[in-house]
Amino acid sequence: MSPTATHDEIARFNFLANFNKYMSNVVVAGNAVAYERRVAPHWRAQHGVDPANRREIRAAMSADAYYQLWSALRRSGMEMRQQAGRSLVLRQMQALRDRARELNAACAATLRLDNSIAIPPYQSELDNHCMPGSYYAEYIDDDVSAAANYDAGMFATTTGLFGRYLDGAGRGTAQWLSRSRPGWQPRRILDLGCGLGHNLLPLARAYPEAEVVGVDVAAPMLRYGHSRAVGMGLGRVIFQQANAERLPFEDASFDFIYSTMFLHETSHAALRNIFGEVRRLLAPGGVQLHLEQPPYRGMSDFEQFLRDWDCHYNNEPFWSALHETHLPTLLAEKGFAQADIFETEIHAIVEDEMPKVATAVEDFGRGGLWYACGAAA
Amino acid sequence: MNELDLQKLINAAASGKRPHFFGDHDVDRLLSIVWAMAAELAVTRERLDTVERLLAERALLDRAAIDAYRPDGAAAAERGQWQIEYLSRLLRVLQQEVDALRREER
Repeated sequence: MSPTATHDEIARFNFLANFNKYMSNVVVAGNAVAYERRVAPHWRAQHGVDPANRREIRAAMSADAYYQLWSALRRSGMEMRQQAGRSLVLRQMQALRDRARELNAACAATLRLDNSIAIPPYQSELDNHCMPGSYYAEYIDDDVSAAANYDAGMFATTTGLFGRYLDGAGRGTAQWLSRSRPGWQPRRILDLGCGLGHNLLPLARAYPEAEVVGVDVAAPMLRYGHSRAVGMGLGRVIFQQANAERLPFEDASFDFIYSTMFLHETSHAALRNIFGEVRRLLAPGGVQLHLEQPPYRGMSDFEQFLRDWDCHYNNEPFWSALHETHLPTLLAEKGFAQADIFETEIHAIVEDEMPKVATAVEDFGRGGLWYACGAAA
Repeated sequence: MNELDLQKLINAAASGKRPHFFGDHDVDRLLSIVWAMAAELAVTRERLDTVERLLAERALLDRAAIDAYRPDGAAAAERGQWQIEYLSRLLRVLQQEVDALRREER
C-alpha cells in the first residue's frame, strides 16, 4: 500500500531522518548546557532563587539564543516532514485510493465505516502534531492520503526506533501479554485509537484465533489501514469507525483492550469516558493496557520542560495534562480494584538491523520505550 | 487540480498558530527558508552522488560533456517545472502567511 517514491523524495526523508537523529543525539543536549551556564545563573541573579518549575524554566529559556534556534529548527523539521510527506502522497492520491479500494473490496466485511461518527472537538480544533488536515481530512472520495502521509513520514521522525513496519509498540504489547499471561488465549481484542493499525496487526499475529478489532474516528486511517492489513494477509482484522468514548459493543465483550500513544490525543473529559467504556467492555478475567510517554512525576523540572515542548510548539494540546494525570487513580475511580491496577514499561520490539533505544538518548517522547498503565477486570 | 493548486495543497499549514522563537519574528521566517534550502541541498547532493557512482560503475563519465550540454525544449520545460516546485517548497512559509491573512479577511 506504500506510495511510490522517487529518488529525491527518498533523499528528502533521508535528510529529515538524519536531521532528527542529529537533533536528538547532539543538538538537544546543548539546551541543558545553556540552562546551567547562563540561563539559570541569570534567573538567580534576577529572582534570588532557581526557577521553581518547568513553566519558569520555559520562561527563562525562551530568551536564550540556543534554545530559540533549537526550537525553530525543530519546528521547521516538523513542518518539512509534513511537506515532504504530502508532496510524496498527494501527487498520487488517486492511485493510492484506487489501490486501497481494490484491497478493501477483497475483505469488505472487516472494514466497517460509519459516516455518522463526528470528529470530536479535541481532534478538530487543532491539527495534531502539525499534520495539516490531521488524520481525517479528505480531498477526494474515499481518500487515504492522510494515512499514507502518516505512514510514509513516521519512519523519518522515529528514525527506525519503532521498527521497519512501525509496529514496535504493538509487538512489545503482544510480548508483554504473552509473558504476563502464558498460554492465555483472549477471544476478542480491542485497540482504541488504532489509526492505520501499526500496533494492531502484531496482536492479530500473536493471537491468530482471536477476533481483533481496531477503532478510530478517522475514516482515511481505517481505509488505508484495512487495505494494508489485507495486503499483509491479515484481512480478518476488523477496522471499525467509532468514537472510543461511546463504543458500539456489548458489555463484557472483550478480553484484552489496549491503546498505544492514543490517550494524549484526547481531552481529560474524553479520557474519563474512555476508561468508563473500557470498564463496561472488559470481560471478567480480562485485562487492559495503555502505552504512553512517561508521566512527569519523578522527573526533574528541566526534563519536564524539554518533554513539554511538544505541547506548546507541536500541536499536542493535551500532552502536559495527560502527563500530569495519575492514570492509576483514574482507573480506580472507574471501579477497578486497587490490587488489579499496575504500571509497567514496554520496550519497542524491532528487527535486528534496526537501531535500538538506549535510555540515555531517548528523544523526549520519540524513543521506543513507553510507560504503561493497566488493570485486570 | 492543476500543478500549482496541488503544490499549494501540499504546502498547507497545520491549523493552530505558528510559534515564534526569536525576538525578531523575521528570523523565524528566514530560518524556515534556510532550513528548507539545506534539505534541498542534501537532496541534490544525494542525487549527484547516485549519478556519479552509477557512471563510475559503468566507466561512462565524460566531464566535458556536462559543460557542453544544452537542454532541448522538453528538457528545459521539465527543468522549469522543477524550479517552480523547488521555489514553492522553499517559500512555503510565505504562502502560509498569505493564506492565513486571506482566511482572516473572510
